[in-house]
Amino acid sequence: MTAVAQPRRRRLFRTQLRENVLGYLWISPWLIGFLVFTLGPMIASFAYSFTSYRIIKAATWIGVRNYVYALTQDDLFWSSLGRTFYYVAISVPLGLLGSLLLAMLLNQRVRGEAIFRTLFYLPSLTPTAAAAIIWILLLHYRLGLVNHILSLAGIQGPPWLGSQRWAIPSIILIALWSGMGGGRMIIFLAGLQGVPVEFYEAAEIDGAGWWHKFRSITVPMISPTIFFNLVLGIISALQVFETAFITTQGGPGRASWFFGLHIFSHAFEYFDMGYACTLSWLMFVIVLGFTLIQMRMSDRWVFYAGSV
Amino acid sequence: MTEATSARASAHVVTGARTRHGRSYWLGIVWRIFVYLFTLILGLMFMLPFFWAVSSAFKPIADLYVFPPLWFPRKWQPQNFVRVWQLVPFAQWTWNSVKIAALSVVGEVVSAAAVAYGFSRYRFKGRNVLFVVLLSTMMIPIYVTIIPRFLLFREFGWLDTHLPLIVPSFFGGGAFNIFLLRQFFMTIPQDFDEAAYVDGASSWTIFSRIILPLSKPAISTVAIFSFLGSWQSFLGPLIYLNTKTKYTLPIGLTWFNVEPVASGEPREHLLMAASVMVTLPAIALFFAAQRYFISGIVMSGLKG
Repeated sequence: MTAVAQPRRRRLFRTQLRENVLGYLWISPWLIGFLVFTLGPMIASFAYSFTSYRIIKAATWIGVRNYVYALTQDDLFWSSLGRTFYYVAISVPLGLLGSLLLAMLLNQRVRGEAIFRTLFYLPSLTPTAAAAIIWILLLHYRLGLVNHILSLAGIQGPPWLGSQRWAIPSIILIALWSGMGGGRMIIFLAGLQGVPVEFYEAAEIDGAGWWHKFRSITVPMISPTIFFNLVLGIISALQVFETAFITTQGGPGRASWFFGLHIFSHAFEYFDMGYACTLSWLMFVIVLGFTLIQMRMSDRWVFYAGSV
Repeated sequence: MTEATSARASAHVVTGARTRHGRSYWLGIVWRIFVYLFTLILGLMFMLPFFWAVSSAFKPIADLYVFPPLWFPRKWQPQNFVRVWQLVPFAQWTWNSVKIAALSVVGEVVSAAAVAYGFSRYRFKGRNVLFVVLLSTMMIPIYVTIIPRFLLFREFGWLDTHLPLIVPSFFGGGAFNIFLLRQFFMTIPQDFDEAAYVDGASSWTIFSRIILPLSKPAISTVAIFSFLGSWQSFLGPLIYLNTKTKYTLPIGLTWFNVEPVASGEPREHLLMAASVMVTLPAIALFFAAQRYFISGIVMSGLKG
């Protein structure tokens, strides 16, 4: 939705002072909240990251020791980061592609589109905790439905959440089930429906096949949406925690020990607040890095139609 | 371009069908049947976990240990649902979740609307910078704020209470909500404001008598997503709540999963029943307010 264009008017009542005072007054809840619950904590955690703070005693300054420890001696630091990257590398593209494909499917205008849209969307309404518990049963080695169905096709299913090799893929599977048909799909659907039909018709007149139409019309036209979802998807996936916490607790044997779990355990199980803050700031830097890289790269492939 | 022409056009695009009964026509029909079946199968696959959860929720525990697994209970046991309420403080958890969600919704709606009003209606110095700051807060990993917030609430003495889960909602109500409402407010012509001002209306009057009534759809959307966000929130309650009776449903459910029951009996059927009950309100809300979901998501996402 675009803003209604406002002519620059200098009426008597729209003094800059009034605008300032009232403006800040109205946004003050957010401003206060931002300072107290966001910026303040961010600065505090940065400060704490240079201390050793275990709550029972006061914080003591130790300089960059935490950072050095994290990067060189904490054997779980790099491995948990690697596992998290693995998770992101698989779940984000699959999730995006899946949402896009589902949206394209719905865009075919099959009969009962609304019903199918609902069926795809419902999993995203499941609270993560409930979904995790349901999937624990589904992925059970013997009692679970998944392995039962696989066995009907003659495949011996693995112990999924109890297997070192399949723990992370299981978590990815759960994430895909709840994420693919959710808000992202709806957004893609709206984006697809917003592509002017004339483009496709013009392409057809020139004899374009479906792949060409997809690549040269559909993808560029929805590329801003793809980009938006990609950035937010990566940021969110890097923080993966809840499903792993409930289903595997990072196991078996650290097989699904994600970075989020690592931070959580140091903060709320060992109460090693200083080090936990260090880890969280390292994650922040990584998130920033990813985001900036993507924004740089976006100039090459994101196409803003009709942008001024 | 109307819905109808768009529909016809997309079908046209995909199938390449012509309107003569040539080979392409029949190919088009086959394609449409294929697409329909494919979508149907996918839809059923997505529903399978729900089906399994509901089916298992009605099974006596013995039925869950049958191999190969049973699709339907041999004997329907709706008592499972009742048993959950007896075994764990489910009523208390439900009340906690409802209370926190309701208060959070009020807080988020009111403060997000107010802040959005400020951002959309007033050209104050630094507005654009602050708006960018607001948007970028959506990209901050939770871990970097949650630890000091924990320490802060500890200073306030709010640990093991519901306050840390409710109070922040009243201070800005989430960047996303502010963004959504601001975009919506900006579509309301400022002439209304100015006409009212000329008639002596104050800033507050304009907000409450003009902007808010016109924004019911957007506000409903914010309320719905705020409720859902609170209903299924996990990390916050996990960190702040220690006493079992203060748990919210997701935390209670997790506890129910790991804590051994006194009698040591396996309880997968009860867990399924509990999971179903935890999910039902969200699904019910969706069916009650479907158009707000879709239009709200679209409103927020397309601007991306």
